[in-house]
Amino acid sequence: MLSTNLNINFMGARRIALILSAVAIVFSLGSLVTRGLNFGLDFSGGYLLEMSYSSEVDLADIRSALAEEGFENPLVQNFGTVSDVLVRLMPQDVAGDTETRDRVVATLSAQDPSAELQRFEFVGPQVGDELTEDGALAMLIALVLIFIYVMLRFRWKFAVGTISALVHDVILVFGFFSIFGVAFDLTIVAALLATIGYSLNDTIVVFDRIRENFRVMRRGTAKEIINASINQMLGRTMITSLTTLLVLLCLFFLGGEAISGFALALVVGVIIGTYSSIYIASASALALNVSSTDLIPPKREEIDDMP
Amino acid sequence: MNRFPLWGNLLVALIVLGGLIFALPNVFGDDPALQITREDGNPITDITLSGINASLDTEEIEFFQPVADEQAVIVRFPDVASQLRASEVLGETLPFHIIALTLAPRTPAWLSAIGLEPMSLGLDLRGGVHFLYQVDLDSALDQLMQTYVQDLRTRLREATIRNTGIEIVGGDTIQFGVLDPLRVNDAEQIIRVLDPLLLVDRTTVDGQPGFQIELAPVQVTERQNFAIQQNTITLRNRVNELGVAEPVVQRQGLNRIVVQLPGVQDPAQAERILGATATLEFRLVDWENDPYDADQNNRPPIGSLLRYHRDGRPELLRRDLIVSGDQLTDASFGYSQGQPAVFVRLNSQGANRMLETTQANLRRSMSVLFIEEKPELIERDGEEILRNTREETVISTATIQGVFSNNFQITGITPFEGQDLALMLRAGALATPILKVEERTIGPSLGQDNIESGRTAVLTGFFLVVLFMAFYYRVFGITADLALFANLVLIVALLSMLQASLTLPGIAGIVLTVGMAVDANVLIFERIREELRNGNSPQSSIRAGYEKAFSTIADANITTLIAACVLFVFGTGPIRGFATTLGLGIMTSMFTAIIGTRVVINLIYGNRQVERLAIGGTLGRSRA
Repeated sequence: MLSTNLNINFMGARRIALILSAVAIVFSLGSLVTRGLNFGLDFSGGYLLEMSYSSEVDLADIRSALAEEGFENPLVQNFGTVSDVLVRLMPQDVAGDTETRDRVVATLSAQDPSAELQRFEFVGPQVGDELTEDGALAMLIALVLIFIYVMLRFRWKFAVGTISALVHDVILVFGFFSIFGVAFDLTIVAALLATIGYSLNDTIVVFDRIRENFRVMRRGTAKEIINASINQMLGRTMITSLTTLLVLLCLFFLGGEAISGFALALVVGVIIGTYSSIYIASASALALNVSSTDLIPPKREEIDDMP
Repeated sequence: MNRFPLWGNLLVALIVLGGLIFALPNVFGDDPALQITREDGNPITDITLSGINASLDTEEIEFFQPVADEQAVIVRFPDVASQLRASEVLGETLPFHIIALTLAPRTPAWLSAIGLEPMSLGLDLRGGVHFLYQVDLDSALDQLMQTYVQDLRTRLREATIRNTGIEIVGGDTIQFGVLDPLRVNDAEQIIRVLDPLLLVDRTTVDGQPGFQIELAPVQVTERQNFAIQQNTITLRNRVNELGVAEPVVQRQGLNRIVVQLPGVQDPAQAERILGATATLEFRLVDWENDPYDADQNNRPPIGSLLRYHRDGRPELLRRDLIVSGDQLTDASFGYSQGQPAVFVRLNSQGANRMLETTQANLRRSMSVLFIEEKPELIERDGEEILRNTREETVISTATIQGVFSNNFQITGITPFEGQDLALMLRAGALATPILKVEERTIGPSLGQDNIESGRTAVLTGFFLVVLFMAFYYRVFGITADLALFANLVLIVALLSMLQASLTLPGIAGIVLTVGMAVDANVLIFERIREELRNGNSPQSSIRAGYEKAFSTIADANITTLIAACVLFVFGTGPIRGFATTLGLGIMTSMFTAIIGTRVVINLIYGNRQVERLAIGGTLGRSRA
């Protein structure tokens, strides 16, 4: 079987990988606890206005003009180009949010007549809380369902391996967003779930091969078999990650500002997911002393696999 | 030999062909257009139609021949600038018409004739307004409790059962004590007859035997659903009055209503009309007491209400209501003797009341009370709750000169208010107050930008992957590319069939699918390479490659599908769009990548002796 000239001892290096992951997880959790996430409008609630100007504008001027009008701590930043500006305001006490919009637009147009409102978003505080709960719930349910599916198909040791890899991925992506302070909004949750799906994809492909090799390779320890399997699937793992990253980078650079955070989350997720399916999933299965008896697939399977 | 039966090949060809036909309407694009409807909902006349042509010609605005159907006329324009100018021009020349900006697909007539339509675009791609309203369910329940309290009060009085007074405690319980212990059973009987569903408990109120009455859970849900449905209908009526093309009004979750208005440029106007709760009440003026006295003491006499005119003059109105806004069947705005006026028509019940009142009160004065409710978030006990502030203004007071019943006019308002008031009286009142909890407005040019960048990202990503696959897997790579193309066509076809709206996250889902769809082919091709390396013949390698990779592909895709399903169920708006395209993409990619490529590979290699396969990298793993 091992006629390939590629035989990296992945499992031999698993301790280094585990230490690496452990450090990354500690940093991620640390940042999540101390800095938290830079919640976007969807979760924090408040107002967001995207203004376009005919030429470059000074953000400091906009900030001071808004402050004079009595808006506290307006967040003003460029969006995509130097002549596009994003203004974010925390929820105001007054209920008249239309008023808030009109006041901001009036203030900014008075300052520069070329200012034009492109987009306005208002999210009430009650919606934000609900979205946070729904997002967390969705993530949890996805993990549980996937756990059940993998358990049915592969037995529990592999299911544990799969879920550890997924939890690992989710924590690291969260950590990335926390450490770099990238705005975390609703689309990021979608990206996280897509990452879960993707990383799972990778993990399952490797597990499938491990299962097959336990059947085909009579000799060899679990470690050897897992190593061989990872090596055999390495080409596929790399190529799929490459094509996926190709399109994601297109999305990141060409898809426009509105989608770039989403694309970034997926890029990070795919990289972490590829790594975790090699190390975390397989290493945890190995740590649980996986053996061929854990893999005897349900009877139905045997018939399926007959040529 | 690797061969599919003929019917198998034909089936695949048929599916792809069907996909192409369903996807076809999407290649023609859209024209900026105006949708013109009449305020009263009647069909547009030929005279109006030629009027439209004439005024656009005079202003030298380029346009395509208007198309009229039963409800609306659609006028297309070559560019957005002409569309906007035409909207202004027609707004002036066509009174009593509603002119809405929209996008009209350029689908050829023969395609629309067989029911094929392009994908609809989400708000983030075409511009427009999205509102999310929260319905105040507490106040809906409160209204129901109040009617029970009133009914009980009347029935107890009719049965002469003296009581301690009926009150609502804790928001969801009605309680009262019975002063005559012998009548307690009679009282209970009355409650049971009033509504057998009510949950009744005996208790002691103010030292007297009494009752605690609560709504049954089923009554609570029923009432809440009723409130939401009622409000959805009202909002839908109002949206129709606004004349928006392809609006969406639907319930979301337990207590929310989504309103989406594509193409709307002025969210402020839309919002004023959607959220407003303006209505009217007609009351007799109290002719026995002096309003200025009452104002000074700040205490209206019993049986009267103290209200104010716009200019601050006090007015005393009789507590008995003659007619309220919900008894109006029609309202329209116009001018009466140069004054802006709303012409109203009453239903028969209201007309009778009006007739009786005017007959009995000739030469007395009657006032029209303009009532506006504005929802407001207030803090109570650290919790935010939704409450309504009610503003009541006397807009006109006039002497009853003669008897009238179902047709009359109201003056004392500005033209602006008159138009809104007429619209709101027509569309009906909101059953319960609503609060806007979310708004997203996207300008039309931003939508256009989003479409452009989305298209660029999809095409570039697609092109790069196609190039890579062809280079890496040679002939096999090209078949995978064909599959990828077929996959894209099928996704677009499915989205068009389902008429699911395409959003920016939806495009992201398509992009992601393009990247992931080749995975199945990569798995198969790597397997074939492996089989070849193990010394198997090309034909058996192809067979083994497809067969052995299948369960892996299925497992991998099913798990991703689970994630997509969860997203679809739990997500709203943008997330759902992403989940839809991702889920559809996974399913179509399974078909194209496994069956589609097999058909092509079989056609190329299946029916002959093959020495070697053009799959690249057969010399070993050095490439990986």
